[in-house]
Amino acid sequence: MSQALHLQVKNMTMAYADTIIQQNLEFSVKRSEIFIIMGGSGCGKSTLLRHLIGLMQPASGEVVIDDINIWDSSVEERTRTISRSGVLYQSGALFSSMTLGENIALPLSEYTSLASALIEKIVSYKLSLVGLAGFEDYYPSEISGGMRKRAGLARAMALDPDILFIDEPSAGLDPISAKLLDRLILELRDSQGTTIVMVTHELESIFSVGDSSIFLDTDEKTMIASGPPKQLLKESSDPRVLNFLTRSV
Amino acid sequence: MAESVPAKYTFDPAENQVLLHLVGDWSYSTGIPPISALLNDINSAKVTAVTFNTEKLQTWDSGLMIFLIELIDNCKQNNIQVDKTNLPQGVSRLLNLAYAVPERKGARRTVLGQPVLTKIGNVTIEMHRSWNDMLNFVGDLCKGTYNLIRGRARLRIADLFYQIEAAGPSALMIITLISTLVGMILAFVGAVQLRLFGAEIFIANLVGLGMAREMGAIMTAIIMAGRSGSAYAAQIGTMQVNEEIDALNTMGISPIEFLVLPRLLALCITMPLLCIYSIFMGIFGGAVVSAGLFDISFYQYYLQIQDFVELKHFIIGILKAAVFGVLVATAGCFRGLQCGRSASAVGFAATSAVVTSLVLIIVADAVITVICQVLGV
Ligand SMILES: Nc1ncnc2c1ncn2[C@@H]1O[C@H](COP(=O)(O)OP(=O)(O)O)[C@@H](O)[C@H]1O
Ligand SMILES: [Mg+2]
Repeated sequence: MSQALHLQVKNMTMAYADTIIQQNLEFSVKRSEIFIIMGGSGCGKSTLLRHLIGLMQPASGEVVIDDINIWDSSVEERTRTISRSGVLYQSGALFSSMTLGENIALPLSEYTSLASALIEKIVSYKLSLVGLAGFEDYYPSEISGGMRKRAGLARAMALDPDILFIDEPSAGLDPISAKLLDRLILELRDSQGTTIVMVTHELESIFSVGDSSIFLDTDEKTMIASGPPKQLLKESSDPRVLNFLTRSV
Repeated sequence: MAESVPAKYTFDPAENQVLLHLVGDWSYSTGIPPISALLNDINSAKVTAVTFNTEKLQTWDSGLMIFLIELIDNCKQNNIQVDKTNLPQGVSRLLNLAYAVPERKGARRTVLGQPVLTKIGNVTIEMHRSWNDMLNFVGDLCKGTYNLIRGRARLRIADLFYQIEAAGPSALMIITLISTLVGMILAFVGAVQLRLFGAEIFIANLVGLGMAREMGAIMTAIIMAGRSGSAYAAQIGTMQVNEEIDALNTMGISPIEFLVLPRLLALCITMPLLCIYSIFMGIFGGAVVSAGLFDISFYQYYLQIQDFVELKHFIIGILKAAVFGVLVATAGCFRGLQCGRSASAVGFAATSAVVTSLVLIIVADAVITVICQVLGV
């Protein structure tokens, strides 16, 4: 597991039925890097994430994780590869009828054979990492939106994933909470070496944490730029990319 | 992946301090050593500090972290210093993160170990509150109806028509099936007895009276409780989960007028109609059995019913259906508005809407029967 490339997308086309959302996507994510997916609303960022985590099959092209082409391998191998990744959904997607503790314990009890006492310890450790120590017995409806996002992050990290997919972590959060969440994500990458693929609009996060990025466009239906965000800002000549990165219209 | 080396620690009690050698792979999937023996040793050795040597530590994950956290928590309690300098950088950063936000006081909940009396008390308070909710709801409903009569209710006519369509025409198939079968069953069971006296012709009386006064309304109500009552609870409950009800309230639109009244009116209008249909289907089912098995012609059957089953029986049945419609819609909407904010709460709301409706229907039927008896109709 030491190869430098963690995730590769080769000439992929994504479509809902006959409607093509994006085509000719080609990029790779290095191990332990923070990779940012940018683009205007509705250009297909969430759809791209759904392809990367194996929820949707590409219309054509390949998704390769750890040198395994996930759509060209057995169901077991695909499940095993995908279970090594964690996902934080746009809305948190915590199970509303379970407490935070049960939410985080679920992947642990499904995928490991750990004793329940040990699971409990891991759950409270994960909650303390995201600043929610002691909130095991709360239901998602009883905590704030920002806390729900962080609890979702704790659940995404339950199995110590190699790669973490995050959809708009700061959507709907106040600037301070958003910044703290960014810092948390960065800290997790630095301490655990987790690869992170993140959809975000926040310039702050894009420039402060992003190692590499791609920019999707709705009209062209493909990626119109890729590279480290700071370099894109300096060297890109495409007005759409520059406008996005400088927040001008 | 290199072959995993099992996790192991060795313990070097130098003077007053302990050097822990962490060796091998510290992953919870390959197993981490139990910590209790180490804690005992440390606590009994009267040490004042713990340091680490991690030169031979290979891979690690949350398994090492929970081991360390337990160790640190124990040392804090016993005033033992823990020197984290020799831990890998990632580990100490994660430890800092885990201790960065101290547990909020009072956040943890103690759910276990309530005495029985407390539980009984809580249940009683809960019942009282639920009863209050119910009365409030009925009060609001009366106010809403009053507004409606004055023509001031915020009720969207399109909604009303949609609800009428959903409750009425789409229920015809199942009502046809159930009512015809009930009519046939009534006829069959009755006929077997009546035949002993050679009085098969009275099947018509039995089926006509039974369907008109009781079974038409009851069967329609039961079907509608299962079809519409539960749907109302689930729709409104889901709106509760999505904070849509809150949105209505903040816009100053009463959920009672906007959501409950259209459904209530819809059932109030469709149930009597469905009941009439159900009565006729039941009588038709009885006719089929009479003609097929007991040699009573359709015409005889028809004359007998016309002679014997008076209009008042039909009217009582139809009025009952209207009352049941109000009850089913009320129970469904009430349970929906009462719904909690989780997926399972919506399921619970739908179930309890049906149960509440059925109980109310039967109780109301009994009450109406007694009233009719007293009035002599
Ligand atoms: N389930 C679906 N069926 C058909 N089209 C969809 C579906 N989900 C999303 N789309 C379309 O795909 C496009 C991309 O959506 P999405 O990936 O959610 O965008 P975003 O970049 O804002 O996350 C949008 O135009 C949307 O209308
Ligand atoms: Mg999206």
